[in-house]
Amino acid sequence: MSGPSSMRTPLARVRSLGASHSGTSDFWRQRLTAAAMVLLIVPVIVVVIMLLGRNQAGAAQILGSLPIAIILLLFIVASTWHMKIGMQVVIEDYVHHEKLKLASIMANNFFCFAVATASIYAILKLSSGV
Amino acid sequence: MALSIVHRATGIALYFGTLLLAWWLIAAASGPTAYANVQAFTGSFIGKLIVFGYTWSLMHHLFSGIRHLVWDLGYGFKANEREALSWGALVAGISLTVLVWIIAYAVGGGR
Repeated sequence: MSGPSSMRTPLARVRSLGASHSGTSDFWRQRLTAAAMVLLIVPVIVVVIMLLGRNQAGAAQILGSLPIAIILLLFIVASTWHMKIGMQVVIEDYVHHEKLKLASIMANNFFCFAVATASIYAILKLSSGV
Repeated sequence: MALSIVHRATGIALYFGTLLLAWWLIAAASGPTAYANVQAFTGSFIGKLIVFGYTWSLMHHLFSGIRHLVWDLGYGFKANEREALSWGALVAGISLTVLVWIIAYAVGGGR
């Protein structure tokens, strides 16, 4: 697309995109999800303490209630997204073999999406009471 | 202070620690037997140790992360301010971990 015949200079093409070639979106989302979790951490800890010492029936009843389910869903989305970006930074810092790096980043995505999907499914199942 | 590597290490610990959280939620959604298995694990010595470590990692990463957000906003770069923020994150992380466990035992232990 921007081959040798492009009229744009190399500087113009990379300006504001940085070393990742995709701009600062991950940087911003890492801060966004961090700020979200600063707000969510107190209600999440309260929910966990509410569940301590209860059996499955008691825990299921609490986890299935509307405000608690929403708090946990928000926390799951924020935390798994934050995890995905954070681990990608770690991989990019330490894994320099190109194919191994791509495989690691792919595994990271799979892991975070799997944890998110499984947790969200569990909350929705508890909320619908089936 | 060399806390930035601790921030990263606790982040990696939390990354794998979410498996425990996901297991717990799935068990609650699955039924009494699955939930009892989670409780047997978290009630064991090694389970408690892991959950305690998870709590500290979470609390330390939280306060260390707030420190980074303060830096992102352009504050706290003087030498004494950096020291104060780092020590503050370390002390707050340990204190809150102990406090949460005291509350957890006070509330959960009574059931």
